[in-house]
Order: sequence, then structure tokens, then C-alpha cells
Amino acid sequence: MTTLHNLASRPAPADPFTLTKTRVHEAEGPGRRSFALFQTLRHPGAVLWVLPAHEPQRPMLRGLPVGLSERLLLLTPRSETDLLWCVEEALRAAPVALVIAEPQQLLSLTAGRRLQLAAETGRTTGLMLIREDHGSSATETRWRCDPVSAHVPVSRAATHAAADSTLHRWALSKNKKGTIGHWVVNWHGASAAFDLVPETGERRQPAEPAR
Amino acid sequence: MPLADARAICPDLSTRPTDLAREVAALASLRRWASRYAPMVASDGADGLMADITGVAHLFGGEAELRSDLHARLERAGLSVSSAIAGTRGAAYALARHGGGIIADGDLAQGVGRLPVSALRIDHATAEALARVGLSQMRDLIAQPRAPLARRFGQALVLRLDQLLGHQPEPVAAGAEPPHFGVRMTLPEPIGLQSDVMAGLSRLLDRLCATLALHHHGARRLRLELRRVDHGTVQVEIGLARAMRDPVRMAALFAKGVDEVDAGFGIDAMRLSAPITEPLPPEQIGSGPVLRHEDALADLISRLGNRIGFDRVLRMQPADSKIPERSFQLVAAAWSEPVAAPPRHGPARPLTLFPPEPVSHASGHPPAQFRWRRMRFTTLRAHGPERIAPEWWFDDPAWRSGMRDYWRIETREGPRLWLFHTPQAPDWPVPAGAQNWCVQGEFI
Repeated sequence: MTTLHNLASRPAPADPFTLTKTRVHEAEGPGRRSFALFQTLRHPGAVLWVLPAHEPQRPMLRGLPVGLSERLLLLTPRSETDLLWCVEEALRAAPVALVIAEPQQLLSLTAGRRLQLAAETGRTTGLMLIREDHGSSATETRWRCDPVSAHVPVSRAATHAAADSTLHRWALSKNKKGTIGHWVVNWHGASAAFDLVPETGERRQPAEPAR
Repeated sequence: MPLADARAICPDLSTRPTDLAREVAALASLRRWASRYAPMVASDGADGLMADITGVAHLFGGEAELRSDLHARLERAGLSVSSAIAGTRGAAYALARHGGGIIADGDLAQGVGRLPVSALRIDHATAEALARVGLSQMRDLIAQPRAPLARRFGQALVLRLDQLLGHQPEPVAAGAEPPHFGVRMTLPEPIGLQSDVMAGLSRLLDRLCATLALHHHGARRLRLELRRVDHGTVQVEIGLARAMRDPVRMAALFAKGVDEVDAGFGIDAMRLSAPITEPLPPEQIGSGPVLRHEDALADLISRLGNRIGFDRVLRMQPADSKIPERSFQLVAAAWSEPVAAPPRHGPARPLTLFPPEPVSHASGHPPAQFRWRRMRFTTLRAHGPERIAPEWWFDDPAWRSGMRDYWRIETREGPRLWLFHTPQAPDWPVPAGAQNWCVQGEFI
């Protein structure tokens, strides 16, 4: 028996970083918190950030994007079970736009599937900031996020000009309903605007000599 | 008498400091108890109660029987009291403090005649002045003509005298009882099923919410006490993210707690009370999506808080400090309102903040190369320094090392780190190479 997918009902995302609504996604790598913040700007509404009580790395108010601190709630449950329970409960609740969680242990398939079902019930998007290879295969997409340095010649004058360089390499390593890929993005964190930066590469053929 | 003199007379004297708050509370509970004798009972000063027993005494068999009943009950409770019954409030006050007893009707002037004038609720100076002119007892004072008394000692004395003799009315003003938010239910047969408890709870909640609505209050905390057949008591307590009086939404929060109750041989009584309430004026319900959204979010906070604790559902609020750790505070979301963040200005702040972690093998100023978390970093760009001085009015152990110079270090490996250097702290020995550099944050 074949299942006919209604391709027309699945609109193509406007840009590659749009997370599918009502699903749970995963992000890993050292830049995953930046990616999560980038996503908060694309989800107007209440944002819940669930992180373990013993996690020393906490978001700092004055470094957050404009307008996020009013709608951000931090949950600091004591145990991993409580953390997953909080995520599931928050995903099930309608008034939340985005749930960000930082689980410390491997997400089992059962846990991942439960979260997907909760997200579908509450029509909420979830983003799990996992450790390396600690994800569950029930995830909709998995992103690998790394901060990238801008390799420009360092001269005394250029240092100040390029001081705001905030390049990120966001690679989509798993996607259930689409293609994978990787992008280098310049996103400075204050607003939702970002620039796609073409990859640096070797020029294939020599440039035309000037006449 | 000073305490030293008292100790000198009686070396074994045991003393305790006065606890005014508990005394007032004890008097208030005694006042509630005393309402079994009269409908109007008011507290009178710090140590007295005044009851209006007009038309009540015959229920106890007469005034003398009422008084002896009162004494017997209080004596059984371990309290020694002195009481008086008289036709006026002033006379009862005076007699209760000077021996006690009963003054029969129409016998007022005679009954109080032998009491000293200081029993008249007048200030000390007036009482002394009266004693100096030879008016030491009440009967001397009553016999005096009014006009000279008023001219010499003021109107207050005459007013008190008139109140004592009943020429001026003085009703007993009992304060309004504070509303009591508690309901109970006794069951003819013990119950043990969760659905039965929830059904009983919903009936209790309906009654409690009606009381809350009557007094324009909303509950912030609810306590359900279940009394078992074996006289054990089980408590289920829930907190609410904001004041509310909606029985259906409250019942949903009780479900988990009731699920964990051990019913034993059955539950035969339930008591529901709201220990913490807040004023909640009536409001239009269900109007507009904004209100429903807020309600739903408050419900979510209640559900989360009841499981992980309300002090773990936090909201960030800006604080007025340049110190990074204290530039914001985490407050319980249930007890706070969202506050807009201050506009961004000045040097950039990192996205995440953590306790300072020293770097090793740092070379240069700012360090051109360093190691942090067992990773090797090479500085690509450095932005700074931004000098932040500790707050001298607040002794923070983390800031004892003096001022800090913060640098935004962009590394060749990618991470953009917030490093600081403490120029005032003595350098570590060079071979370790730390040189007082620490990482405290990570930028976007």
C-alpha cells in the first residue's frame, strides 16, 4: 500500500532556517545556543527555556535579542526526568510558541517520539539543544551549529572594522522532509535579519587579465 | 520594678521577653472563642475583651452563672482571668480591673463607688491631680458638681464619668470578622476511589470559589486535607501562578496530588482551605484571545510550578548594576510581571554567562594564545578593554580580586569569548602562565 503525500499542502519554507511548525528539532555543536536565540526571533510569543539546575551557562539578559526577555521563561528542573516532563508539558500547552531545552543525557526514541506527539497536540515548536550524538532519531531536523571566525587579513585598521564579525556555520545534517545542506550565516544577534555568506573557495580559472 | 531588682528579690525568677504579635494573636483567638457568650465581642486594649451580653444572660441561667461558667472554662484551659458584669461599658472595665464582680441593674453608682478614680480610663496626670485635691474614690467624684470638674480637669474626665454612669451611650464595637476561606465536608461512608475524591473536591471548590467571589478574593495557595478513618490526615497542597477562583482549573491542578494520596481504609472527611489569598476584583471572563492566552500561560506556570517548584519557574528582570552577574536577576514567574529590558547601549554583552573559568598558557596582553576547557585558542581579534570596577558598597567574594578589564576575544577556532583580566590581583608564577585571565561568557 502506498501513501500518497499531498505535496501541495506542504509549502516550501521561505528560507532554509525555518523550523517546521508543531515538530521538535535538534541542534548540536558549540553554537547551538546562538541558533536557538536566532529561532526565538522567528517565533513571536512566549518562549520557554528549560535547562538543568546545575547548568552553569545561563543566558544573560543584556546579551539577549531585543524584546526577548519579556516573553522568556526559564525553567530549571532538578533532574533529567523533570526536564523532559517540563518540555512535554510546555509543548502540550497552546500559549507557548517555542520550547528550548538542554537535555544532558541521550534522548531515547521513546522520549523523542513523546515530544513529537506533545508538539503536535499543542501546536508548538520545540528545539532540543543536545550534546554531540545525544539526539533521538525521532527528530524532524538536526542542525550542527558552529561559530566561525572571519578569516580576513588582520591589519591594525581592519581589526576595528571587522570587529563585529559574527559568522555561524549552520549545517542541516538530518531532515525528515527535505534536503540537507550547510550555510554560513552572518547574524549579529540584535534582530532577525541575517546575511548568507558564500563559502570561500578557490577560483576555478584565472581571472581575465585586464585589457 | 526593674528586672535587676526583681532578680535580687527572687533569684530563681524566670523571665521571657514579651512577644506582642503572639499575644495579639492569642487575644484574637480568645475573642473568637468568647463569641459563644455574646454576639458582639470586641478586644479592649491589649489584655481585655468586652462582650455585650444584653439579652443573653438568661440562656446561661443568669449573669452569675454565666460568669462562673466563663471562669470555669478558662480555668480548665489554664488561663486566670478577672471579669465583671455591669450596666455600662465603663463600669465593667473599672470593676474587672479592680476585683471583678457583678453590679446589679440600677445599682451602678453604688457598685463603682469604692473604686479608685484611676479606673476611669483617664490619663495618669489627671488621676494624680484628682488624688491631690482629695478625690481618690469614685463616689467622691460622682458627688462633685459637673461644671467645676470640667473646667478644672477637662472635658475628657466628664465624658468618661458620664460613660461610666450611663449618661453617655458607649456601644461595644466588635470588629468585622475577616472572611474565612475554608470549607469542609463529612461523608457518611468512607471513600477510597480517586474519582470520588475528585467529585467531593469539585463540590468543595464550588463552595470555596463562591466565598472567594463574594469577598472579591482569589486564592494563591490551596490546601486539601483528607481525614482518614484511622484519624490520619493527608494533605495535598497546590500553588497557583496568579490569584484565581475558577473551580474547574483548580481541580485540574489537584489531580496529580490526589493521585498520590494513600487512602488507607477510606477517607471520611475533607477540608479545603485557601491559606494565601489576594484581592481579585470581578473581571470579564473569556473576552478576547489576549485574556485566554494569559490564563492558559498562568495555568501552565501553575502546572510546572507544582511539580518542579515555583522557585524554578523563573523570569529575567533587569537590575541596576554594571556587574555582569548582577545586571539582571532571576525572579519567580508566579510572583512577578514581565519587565521590558533596558535599551541596548554600550559595549556588547555575551549571550551566555557562567562563573569565571581561568585560562592557562596565556601569552601576551590580550592573550594571543590560550587554553580553555582543554582547547587551544588563537586570538584573531580582540576588542577592549572595558573596565568594570567592583561595587564597594557590596562585598562580593567573587570580586575581591579587584577591578576587571573585559575583552571580547574572537578566536581563530570560532568561539567568541568574553575574557577578563584582573590587573590588581598579583600574577601567578609565570610557568603556569595563567596571568589572571578568565573566561566568563560566550558571544553569539
